[in-house]
Amino acid sequence: MYIPHTKKDKEEMLKTIGAPSFEDLVKQVPSKFLWPKFNLPAESLDEAQSAARMAGLAARNCRPLSFLGAGAYERYTPAAVKAITSRTEFLTAYTPYQPEASQGTLQAIYEFQSTVSALYAMDCANASMYDGASSFAEAVRAAVRVTGRKKIVYAAGVNPQYMDTLKTYFAHSPEYSYVKVPMKDGAMDKAALPALLEGAACLAVQTPNFLGLIEDMAGVSDLAKKAGALLVAAADPVSLGILAAPGEYGADFAVGEGQSLGLPLSYGGPYLGLFSCKKEHVRQMPGRICGLTKDKDGRRGFVLTLQAREQHIRRDKAASNICSNEALCALAATVYSALYGPEGLKELAESNAGAAAFAAERLSAIKGCSLKFKGPFFNEFVLTVPGSAAALREKALARGVDVGLPLAPLYPELGETLLVCATETKTEADILKLEAAIKEAL
Amino acid sequence: MPKPEEVKYTKTHEWVHPGAEAVVGISDHAQHEMGDIVFVELPKVGQKLEKEKPCAVVESVKSAFDIYAPVSGEVTAVNDAVTGDPAVLNQSPLGNGWLFKLKTSNPAEAETLMDWTAYQDFVKQATH
Repeated sequence: MYIPHTKKDKEEMLKTIGAPSFEDLVKQVPSKFLWPKFNLPAESLDEAQSAARMAGLAARNCRPLSFLGAGAYERYTPAAVKAITSRTEFLTAYTPYQPEASQGTLQAIYEFQSTVSALYAMDCANASMYDGASSFAEAVRAAVRVTGRKKIVYAAGVNPQYMDTLKTYFAHSPEYSYVKVPMKDGAMDKAALPALLEGAACLAVQTPNFLGLIEDMAGVSDLAKKAGALLVAAADPVSLGILAAPGEYGADFAVGEGQSLGLPLSYGGPYLGLFSCKKEHVRQMPGRICGLTKDKDGRRGFVLTLQAREQHIRRDKAASNICSNEALCALAATVYSALYGPEGLKELAESNAGAAAFAAERLSAIKGCSLKFKGPFFNEFVLTVPGSAAALREKALARGVDVGLPLAPLYPELGETLLVCATETKTEADILKLEAAIKEAL
Repeated sequence: MPKPEEVKYTKTHEWVHPGAEAVVGISDHAQHEMGDIVFVELPKVGQKLEKEKPCAVVESVKSAFDIYAPVSGEVTAVNDAVTGDPAVLNQSPLGNGWLFKLKTSNPAEAETLMDWTAYQDFVKQATH
């Protein structure tokens, strides 16, 4: 890595900001993430040897028949998505630094925003964020800014990683409080809401929730409004092919994990944060927004707009520390959504729900297994298993099937359970293989 | 509309027309420096403001600026005309572009602010 600063430069900079040393400056970064040790071979390798070694390491990856979901969903991605996103005019992770010179990129972002707004039935969407978790945390932060309140009420079914991300944002703000809405049959206990919402900045809900269940959102936004709180809703965009969109049940902010729109799983990233809101909150929206305008000759043009509250202008007073976006992932999601179209997305959502319903029917018929909850679910469900869920998964994995996510580490109160997901990628034969794998492993 | 000599100024370029119900706005110099103003966010009626704490935001094509309360007090009125048409703030910062009125809790606070002559000197120094 090329670092242009001399030792003298660094000393001057540290002196100016009053930090005793660079180590002191980064002391809040946990030490295990600082200067990590790499397990590199003792003897240096030439290019061919390096390639062989990497191929050997890659061969250790196993590609089981996977029924994992829990926030990231396996999709079949049409070849056209890769063909379009691989075009060199588009192939950058960033919006360019002279954005208006790249009208094609800005138009793609504009189409992305229109797609997200339409999917979530919201007034406006931004150019994207890092992932669903960062979108969720930023939406809660925006609700805190709008209301001036610091109590955050969240449903127990919100993805635990989203909550971790939010708490990391507020790690040095002890005045923020988090109040969990208890779970009733795997969903939010709505009867508890009026008392909990008093003095809250927002109610944060996810539907389908982390356990796959569809939350009953009827009347929820009214309860929030009555308490002066905003409604932050997270939703898998594909589920919106058949489920009510956040805008329809009165959400102020609506977010989601855009990976679900045809992006590869890639061991966790890069993913794509979807972020949308009501127009009245647009100035609290983090990140960038691409707008449509006319030039002096009346021709259509795309520009970055509402930048006045961004970091490069407002510094420490910016709405968010995010001033970039996931341009290439956003493009892929836009192309994927356009290829499916509204009808296709409905069919896609239906095949997800169908695959999961069939899996639930087969698995709950296995002796000793049962569905943990009665409520309606989308493409994943909680299965109670006899004995250790983690041991069951390991056994089945050895036979090439990943049967789902053991929930005990995240939700100890649910006992020995698996979160099992079946997307449109799973055929009837695949699901019968899953059934056989669980039977064998029990 | 008060004359520039009739109001007091802060170092952060707000003006206040003192009285039982004080009127607050931004100076002509401030609107000129900001450029075309496109959005104004005002405090709520009934909100209690503390001297020198941010209480409003004025956004121009260049940036967004915090507006600091020149004196402490409770907001009694806000100017909906500027939120409806922010350009009014550029056209008439001391007149139709006033931001809000407040019942002052400590009238002596205004005494510490700059008068017109002192403010002109302050601006001159700051720009040199």
